[in-house]
Amino acid sequence: MAEINNMTFKIAGAAGQGLESSGAGFAQALAQGGLHIFGLQDYMSRIRGGLNFFQIRVHEQTLYCHEDAVHILLPLNSEALETYQDEVVKGGGIIYDEELNIDRRTIVGRGRKAMPVPLVEIAKEHGERVMANTAALGAAAGVAEYAYERLAQVIRINFKRKGDEVVAANLRVARAAYLYAQERYAADFGWKLKEVPGAPKRMVMAGNPAFAMGALAGGCRFVSAYPMTPATSIIEWMAKREHQFGVVTKHAEDEIAAVNMAIGANFVGARAMTATSGGGFALMAEALGLAGMCEVPLVLFEAQRGGPSTGLPTRTEQSDLLFVLSASQGEFPRLVLAPGSIEECFECGWRAFNLAEKYQTPVIVLSDQLLASSVRTVEMEAIDFDQVVIDRGKLMSSEDLDAVTDPYKRHLFSDDGISPRALPGHPNAVHATASDEHDEYGHITEEQDNRVKMMQKRMKKLETAKQDIDPPTRYGPEEAPLALVGWGSTYGVLREVVDRLEDRARLVHFRDLWPFPVEAAAEALGGAKVVAVENNYTGQLKRLLQSETCIKVDLQISRYDGRPFSPQDVLAGLKEVL
Amino acid sequence: MVVKVKDFASPVKPTWCPGCGDYGIHAALKQALVMAELAPHEVLVVGGIGCGSKLPDYTQANGFMTLHGRPVPIATGARLANHGLKVITVHGDGDGMGLGMGHFIHTARRNVELVDLLQNNQIYGLTKGQYSPTSDAGFVTSTSPDGAFESAANPVALALTAGGTFIARGFAGDVKGLAELIAQALLHKGYALVDILQPCVTFNRKNTYDWYRERVYNLSDTDHDPSDRVAAFQKALEWGDRIPLGVFYRTRLPTYEEQVAGLKDGPVATRELKRLTKVEIERLRAEFV
Repeated sequence: MAEINNMTFKIAGAAGQGLESSGAGFAQALAQGGLHIFGLQDYMSRIRGGLNFFQIRVHEQTLYCHEDAVHILLPLNSEALETYQDEVVKGGGIIYDEELNIDRRTIVGRGRKAMPVPLVEIAKEHGERVMANTAALGAAAGVAEYAYERLAQVIRINFKRKGDEVVAANLRVARAAYLYAQERYAADFGWKLKEVPGAPKRMVMAGNPAFAMGALAGGCRFVSAYPMTPATSIIEWMAKREHQFGVVTKHAEDEIAAVNMAIGANFVGARAMTATSGGGFALMAEALGLAGMCEVPLVLFEAQRGGPSTGLPTRTEQSDLLFVLSASQGEFPRLVLAPGSIEECFECGWRAFNLAEKYQTPVIVLSDQLLASSVRTVEMEAIDFDQVVIDRGKLMSSEDLDAVTDPYKRHLFSDDGISPRALPGHPNAVHATASDEHDEYGHITEEQDNRVKMMQKRMKKLETAKQDIDPPTRYGPEEAPLALVGWGSTYGVLREVVDRLEDRARLVHFRDLWPFPVEAAAEALGGAKVVAVENNYTGQLKRLLQSETCIKVDLQISRYDGRPFSPQDVLAGLKEVL
Repeated sequence: MVVKVKDFASPVKPTWCPGCGDYGIHAALKQALVMAELAPHEVLVVGGIGCGSKLPDYTQANGFMTLHGRPVPIATGARLANHGLKVITVHGDGDGMGLGMGHFIHTARRNVELVDLLQNNQIYGLTKGQYSPTSDAGFVTSTSPDGAFESAANPVALALTAGGTFIARGFAGDVKGLAELIAQALLHKGYALVDILQPCVTFNRKNTYDWYRERVYNLSDTDHDPSDRVAAFQKALEWGDRIPLGVFYRTRLPTYEEQVAGLKDGPVATRELKRLTKVEIERLRAEFV
């Protein structure tokens, strides 16, 4: 009996061989047949050559992470075969071009099925040589006997811009390769994909576009950034929509300019953000303190990658948590959010702007390469535009400003630490503020009593902000003896691990990280053996948890090779406590 | 309503040393704002860090005293988000030609409409007397005991090569002339640099009021043609016995903000924030299906 709708494809080859577009197209074709996918992208920091892959896991149920086991490998060069063939399960297939001079005996000898297909020949015969990737996808679909029409549909859409002839040629190539592979290999292959009739339409989305879309929905109208993997797609996404939505994007000369431009734009009242990775954030540290000191709202998106320094530029890591919590000299309030899913990326997009304006201080959204660039099928309504609220906090309206008679105090002392905020431009509220310590009007002063009160006022905002901090997400049986603790992008894999462990483990996942939800953490973790699972060396959430609460973390599972955890990795790490 | 100089008067007294060139710059800026008919609420003055960068604290106008070297990108962001405001930066030669050098070059070539007042006293005052990027070679200070080895940065020549569209030099000892220059800068569409020669009466014993007065002359008293970029560059290189003041170069090119699609419907900062419409949402979602 064949296993239906539960398998993983892996397309691997050199940069420049079209892996990303092929993988994305195949993912779309699967999603349109009502299947769920999780697409993991792995790429090197180079434009051509090297070895990259796009791995697509398919299932009828919602998927939150990738799996190690591969059922169909599509190596586009011999290096890809050598590197990845051991990931293919017994009975799994390896589809490759006969041109690659691969010795089928090495494949078959290890219990896998060799599935040579003359991909280039088919491409040349029915279209052009460059269509060999289309042939590979056609062959993969053929072996799994997935509905050809779904692939055809995506080819029609994706190549539409290149003209009818290109569409027709790709369709001929895909069809020929599909039939070739199906005839020869399908009967003897144990994994099949079937369309799910009546499944709702779903989106295939990565975290960065979801965050950018959330920001746009939340009123973000200014993005200044400097390109840095894996955050670049934020400003690119916005720049593409500049005309339609009236957004200003500025590719600045460096990250220091980028963050300062965003501060300037926020100062005059635009909802403005910058987006970067750890290295760029390091350059932004001083400006972060400026926003904190002068009570300027600021949304700062930081997609982490492997550090330190240039590190692993295209790979994933969660090693900037403690850095963003403490970056910049002095003490000032900041909020830190780390979405764990595509849906949470969208939500953090608009929510960050509300929090930044409400508390008139920086809000940092921490993502990472895994979340930034992995794609997943997402339900249409899960990207919830109805939930979007635009709350500008104590921003003064023009009526408020018209009624002002006394000289305006930008930094008025208040019980909650938040002062009514006037934007520059109204005659009744002309004001200046300073990165030097200042009085309620914003004038520079070194006077002691004022300093103490002003520090207390700013820090009070952090106390007040606790009302807007969500407790950690809990998943699985709340009384389970084992508590897996994570933050950010590990949500998906930990969720699946908890599912597999049935009643043995619960998940406590932190999205809102600062101010730290102390009481909620204690409540969620009470009575459990606590295991922190993090993509870093030192266990940064573990350290935070231990410094903010009395909770002791019993085990730390770390991964810092730039690759994301699979469920198998976490389960292996749990061996000693299970 | 007619704007008057006293409209810009602040209750805060400057902390500048008696005789500091900053007083002249402050007076000239206020006069220029009156000449340009700009009221305090229509203006945003962005300072960096340094003695002169505190000018917004002493001025009744919108102001933001920011970071050392960074007022220009902050002003750029403010201007791109609200081009209804007249945005002015005030900062010194350490701020603008040291940390801020990169931003300076990029902002000049970007041609964002802002008035960049460079308070150039060729020394670090607030940190008590170290040489600056614009100090003349050989200048002896606490950090250049054998004299500065570098050649001095030339803001006028740099702005010219970067593509600046209004480039002028003034002198803090000539308030009237400086006010007229700043007024012209305020009316310019595009990036406008006013390099302001300014004595530091406490720490710079070389470039004094008298030293400047013996050397400066006005380009407007010569046959210099400010539309001639090559001639402007020749004048920009003149330094020593004779130092030219006035407008070196002026041209009209599209400003950055005039070219930004996102600003066609007015400033983003003052536009009402609305939730996306159903049609917009459906269009966005459709991109992912």
